[in-house]
Amino acid sequence: MRDSRPRPDAFLPLPPATFHILLAVAEADRHGYAIIQDVAVRTNGELKLSAGTLYRSIQRMLEQGFIVETQERPAPDLDDERRRYYRIAPFGAAVAQAEARRLTQLVRMARDRGFVAGRA
Amino acid sequence: MMRCCGLLLRLYPASFRAEYGEEMRAIWARRRRDASGPLAAAALWIAIAFEVLFNAVAVHWDILRQDLRYTVRTLARSPGFALTAILVLALGVGANTAAFSVTDFVLIRPLPFPEPERLVKLWEKLPGYSKMELSPANYVDWKHTSKSFEGMGAFWENSVNLVGQGDPERIEGAAITADLLPLLRVQPAMGRLFTAAEDREGAPGTLLLSYQLWQAVFGGDASVIGRRVNLDNEPFVVIGVMPRDFHFPSRNAELWMPMRFREHSDDFRDRSNNYLEVVARLKPGVSLGQARAEMGVVAAQLERQFPKENEQTTASVDLLRDELSQQSRLLLMALSGAAVCVLLIACANLANLLLARGLARQRELAVRAAMGAGRERLVRQLVTESLVLALAGGALGVLVAFAAVPLLARLVPASLPIAQAPSVDLRVLIFAGLLSGLTGIGFGVFPALRACSQSDLSALREGTRAGGGRKERLRSVLVVAEVTASVVLLVSAGLLVRALWRIEATDPGFRTGGVLTLRTALPMPKYEQTARRAGFYTRVLSAVQALPGVSSAAYISFLPMVMRGGIWPVAVDGKPVEVQRSGSHTASLRFVTPGFFATFGIRLHRGRDVGESDTIDAPFAAVVSESFVRRYWPNEDPLGRHFKMAFHDRAVVGVVGDIRVRGLERNSEPQVYLPYRQVEGGWLEGYAPKDLVIHSATGPGTLLPAVRQIIHSADSEQPVSDVRTMADIVEEETASRSAQVRVLGAFAAIAFLLAGVGIHGLLSFAVSRRTQEIGVRIALGAQPGEIVRMIVRQGALLAGAGVVPGVVLAYAAGRAMEGLLAGVRPGDALTFASVIGLCVLMTLLGSLLPALRAVRIDPIAAIRSE
Repeated sequence: MRDSRPRPDAFLPLPPATFHILLAVAEADRHGYAIIQDVAVRTNGELKLSAGTLYRSIQRMLEQGFIVETQERPAPDLDDERRRYYRIAPFGAAVAQAEARRLTQLVRMARDRGFVAGRA
Repeated sequence: MMRCCGLLLRLYPASFRAEYGEEMRAIWARRRRDASGPLAAAALWIAIAFEVLFNAVAVHWDILRQDLRYTVRTLARSPGFALTAILVLALGVGANTAAFSVTDFVLIRPLPFPEPERLVKLWEKLPGYSKMELSPANYVDWKHTSKSFEGMGAFWENSVNLVGQGDPERIEGAAITADLLPLLRVQPAMGRLFTAAEDREGAPGTLLLSYQLWQAVFGGDASVIGRRVNLDNEPFVVIGVMPRDFHFPSRNAELWMPMRFREHSDDFRDRSNNYLEVVARLKPGVSLGQARAEMGVVAAQLERQFPKENEQTTASVDLLRDELSQQSRLLLMALSGAAVCVLLIACANLANLLLARGLARQRELAVRAAMGAGRERLVRQLVTESLVLALAGGALGVLVAFAAVPLLARLVPASLPIAQAPSVDLRVLIFAGLLSGLTGIGFGVFPALRACSQSDLSALREGTRAGGGRKERLRSVLVVAEVTASVVLLVSAGLLVRALWRIEATDPGFRTGGVLTLRTALPMPKYEQTARRAGFYTRVLSAVQALPGVSSAAYISFLPMVMRGGIWPVAVDGKPVEVQRSGSHTASLRFVTPGFFATFGIRLHRGRDVGESDTIDAPFAAVVSESFVRRYWPNEDPLGRHFKMAFHDRAVVGVVGDIRVRGLERNSEPQVYLPYRQVEGGWLEGYAPKDLVIHSATGPGTLLPAVRQIIHSADSEQPVSDVRTMADIVEEETASRSAQVRVLGAFAAIAFLLAGVGIHGLLSFAVSRRTQEIGVRIALGAQPGEIVRMIVRQGALLAGAGVVPGVVLAYAAGRAMEGLLAGVRPGDALTFASVIGLCVLMTLLGSLLPALRAVRIDPIAAIRSE
């Protein structure tokens, strides 16, 4: 069967929530609440994902093949059996890379016009 | 608190809730713990509520998009199925939308006047005449005595010659009392309405134009107000233009003038001078029943006061909305019923298609279930599919309706104050949308639930035979229902066709071929004097008769079937001279010029035609019809007998054949023809001959210009109107009926086709399901004939099971519309036999392909595939 999955570029630009979730699960397998916490910490509390947005994004990302649900679970004393853990999929990583490239280019262009402090 | 969460989570699709609900609750609980103080908690809950609302909609939308993409892909993979389903629905929705738009327009939608439910129509009621126009004297008494009405107004439809605006023209209009338009609560588009002073005897003529007439004759010129025009040689001043959508009393009316009753004329002396139609508006809070009761008392009082003239005269009060002949109503009901039948058949077919498809997709659904799709997700997917089909079918159906509605305009009776063409408006579109949506959901959910039932989904095994006995029974029931409904429709259409044939075969009593008619309505008082009229007739007729190809020509007061009234009481010698208004002592009265019977092909049985020598000074003569003779002088010689009618004693000089004055479907009164010269000047002006009839071998196309020229040279101000052939007039009699038969016939044909498709589909599916079994049978030596018999027997059983209840229901339907059948019996054997024959044919055709497929099954391949 032909692989009908579109190219990573087709998903750009990514919604901010999606990009942040990819970043969160790129580092380690995480469950939902851990993702919210990770995003909040990395953004110094500026972005607090709501449960609704988080799980809607997760559902879509699962379908799009950005992430997978992993069956590996932490040690039982750290685990809550209701939780599901998510891991970035290779395709998700490719999409995240594509988005990062897009953002870098944007920043470079902004810098060329003097909108960003730092090296020209 | 957590209960609220549970409720909020219900907004999500069940699959989403099952997947993430627990975790979301856990996160919310944690947030709740972190929130300090009741204010923070409240803010948190508000935030959560908004978040859920927004995200739940987004999740539903995501799923819908996915399902739609999936639907388009799957439908594109089976275009045959998709196309069939869409077409089936388009026919069902189209038929119903079209039928609804007409029925809604004629029966349901309120009349285009404010508070139309308070508008009523009043009639005199006599034995034998349930609705008789009022005489002016009775109208005035009713109006002044009754208390139930806010206002009462009268009108009569008359047409006038409009001269001086280009070619002379004959315009349909109405004379109305000044209070009529205010009680309808209409305002003119321009100018003003009539004042009471303008509606008095001797008041100068004033005139209201219809928007259409204003546009057509006056070019929409705004300065038309105040303009003088000549109507029947009397000057009138235009005082206003009515709105574009104002049609009253019927859609033909193009101008209105005040009634201007002549207080001391026949108008008020003779209470049997019935020509007024009366409309009234009920006072607020007065019911129709109360008004009827009051008018009963009023009429009884008048009967006591005028025992002879108002003998047995009572009053009838009906809603203006219901001024619709029983036949028009029945006709539309039959149409709607037929449309519903078509829709039900279309739905049954759709359900069947979806069921079969669901069964065929069992494996696909099982695979998706195995991959984690919940039942709810699968059902949702299937319902989306059927909705997409339904909406596509509905959209196509609306197009079908757009095309069909103009064809149905014939079914809108002219007697209502509404426009001719019903429009496909928002209401109709909403109707079509609802119909499609409900069909899609209603007939999609059930097959979807069936297809996704757990027991079936667990059976993911190669070679599982799709469909169990129960399902096949369900599908068979649907097909049987289709056959039943199509039998009902076919029989109904068949009965109506037979009725139409019977009516068309009715002998009108006169010649229809080669007779051209046109109207030259002579204006009064210019032609008040009989002698002056006679001069006009003589000039016209002698010139017309001299035209090449013309064999004869004559004038008559009114053409049969065009004017059905003109009925007078008759008193016969030797019998009490007491005039009986009611009952059977009436006859239709017409004045004719010599040669009318020859022109019209009416046989002269005895005596002579009216002649030029029958002048006002000669003894008053009359030619009567056979039924007149049968009524008064059965088995006697009628020639020379006397009777009294229309103010004079008259002697019978001739007897002619009867004609159908009141149309092909109704019984007519006996006819009396009087010589055109035997009427005093200024008397019976309404009966002055105005319709010219010409029997000619030449076509109307070549004849007409010459005739117009002749009339122009006889009187250059005389308009010619109503140019028609008698064949057209007779055909017009059955026009709405044949339109209805065509519509019903089309519905029946659609139903029949759909039922055939249903049988074919079911059998095809059964054959493919039984491939292995049939293969084994063939391998064991079954002959092709036996296989064919087996398949056809299945089809015949289905058809038979549908035909039996269909015949019973069709008989009931025939009884219900007996009023439309013109004497054809509801159990007409020929119709039923033909329909049953058609069903046998349909079964054979529907079974043919599946049977051939079954015979061609290769036993080795079939068994090996196990």
